[in-house]
Amino acid sequence: MDITFQNVSYTYQPGTPFQGVGLQDINVTIPSGSYTALIGHTGSGKSTLLQHLNALLKPTSGVVKIGTREITPETNNKHLKAIRQKVGMVFQFPESQLFESTVQKDIAFGPQNFGVPIDEALARAKEMIELVGLPANVIDKSPFDLSGGQMRRVAIAGVLAMQPEVLVLDEPTAGLDPVGRREMMGLFEKLHIEQGMTIVMVTHQMDDVANYADNVIVLEHGRLAKTGSPREIFADPDWLTEKQLGLPTTTQFAQALSRRGFIFDQVPLTEHELAALLAEQLPKKAGRAHE
Amino acid sequence: MNKLILGRYIPGDSILHRMDPRAKLLASFYYIGIIFLARTWQAYALLLVFTLVLIGISKIKLDFFIKGVKPLLWLILFTVLLQIFFTRGGHVYWQWGFLSLTQYGLINGAYIFMRFVLIIFMSTLLTLTTPPLSLADAIESILKPLKVVHFPVYEVALMLSIALRFVPTLMDETTKIMDAQRARGVDFGEGNLFQQMKAIVPILIPLFVSSFNRADDLATAMEARGYQGGEGRSKYRILKWRTKDTVAFILMGLLTIALIFLR
Repeated sequence: MDITFQNVSYTYQPGTPFQGVGLQDINVTIPSGSYTALIGHTGSGKSTLLQHLNALLKPTSGVVKIGTREITPETNNKHLKAIRQKVGMVFQFPESQLFESTVQKDIAFGPQNFGVPIDEALARAKEMIELVGLPANVIDKSPFDLSGGQMRRVAIAGVLAMQPEVLVLDEPTAGLDPVGRREMMGLFEKLHIEQGMTIVMVTHQMDDVANYADNVIVLEHGRLAKTGSPREIFADPDWLTEKQLGLPTTTQFAQALSRRGFIFDQVPLTEHELAALLAEQLPKKAGRAHE
Repeated sequence: MNKLILGRYIPGDSILHRMDPRAKLLASFYYIGIIFLARTWQAYALLLVFTLVLIGISKIKLDFFIKGVKPLLWLILFTVLLQIFFTRGGHVYWQWGFLSLTQYGLINGAYIFMRFVLIIFMSTLLTLTTPPLSLADAIESILKPLKVVHFPVYEVALMLSIALRFVPTLMDETTKIMDAQRARGVDFGEGNLFQQMKAIVPILIPLFVSSFNRADDLATAMEARGYQGGEGRSKYRILKWRTKDTVAFILMGLLTIALIFLR
């Protein structure tokens, strides 16, 4: 299910003194099955763009195509449920959306809203608890008795239980410890590879972009600044610095090495890539040092 | 929620914006009080002109004030209609059972309408030109004499300024939670009354829980910064009474005299 933006603009509270521009003339496609990272400095319109992906916001001009549905400024607010089920959205700090008396009921809440019978919804909840790596005994606990990291997993499980085709994540690992981060990112990677789920993720972690994404969208002041593969985006460090964005640690390290005489014909993105490229060059270097 | 203009602040730079908030608050209350002195159409005309001149001075478009009246339009119409149909006296134009359309009824209806509009305009003007925190400071300063009767002025002022500070934050939070629940398939404002009420639960509970957490965090942060209560604290924002504030009260006095003459 491709999601395409055609000349999309969005203005907050038009016609009031509180008016503000969210998006300006965005043209971009998020291909089906891709792992898209959305980056840009704070206030660049990332979250505004995210909310267009499941019609929580409608463009003030232009068209958003979600699969076969077209969302225009005139689109009626009713009958959007079908879209919301296909595009699951995990907001920033999603633990603040929990409300049910037990974890299981909370996870089943989403599917029930889309007409899944209660038994099946509860069964799905059980599966999801395992999928997101929660211990089985949390099932009957109140979500408010869990730790912050566990609450976040419950919230994510609640979205996954809707069995979306596209998973939209707004900084899913913000505020998690390193282990929690790695596990969460591993889960999304697994969903992407095993189930072919389309993933759209807003993040400030360039390492995550380099390690997982295959498509990057850069926003700046509500405008589209660049799109391309991570390799294309990270190939120009000066441009990124100018846009107040950083490089992945691996790429930074590779840059420092290249100042000391190492040659990389393409930017290494992951540790493995860097290691492989270094392994090729090190023997030669060592040989030269002996002479 | 964005339609409500009353209670919002628009930053600006006019004489009204720069006035002492205490003066503005007291003058607005006084003004609302003297509106009830007016009993003739000349008096209402004077009040209307006075209000419109103030709005002109504030450099804020009249549109906003009219928009501010809109959410209350039904209440106003309801009250006005009650007045029109249930007041007796003067020339009777039309009668049907207990309903009657009389001269006094029409006049009373018009007066009530004017009162509503004037009161809403003036209170909107107060909040549009005064930042909420200044208002809280003003209330604290005005309530100070009540300390004599052991009224907890400082605590009330603190609660007020914290409440005001968190209104926008809670609004943002509400929108965020609503969006999150919408994304999980909740329809707000659809279905019958019972279904609509049920749809509120997934917003209300998270909102309460996060308020408790926020209150806890805020209290800890305040204690960590050495807060021990109102006694012996100095003030950062100091209110200053200037000539223009006195002028405002002289104007109010003149207006009162004019209104008494026009009775």
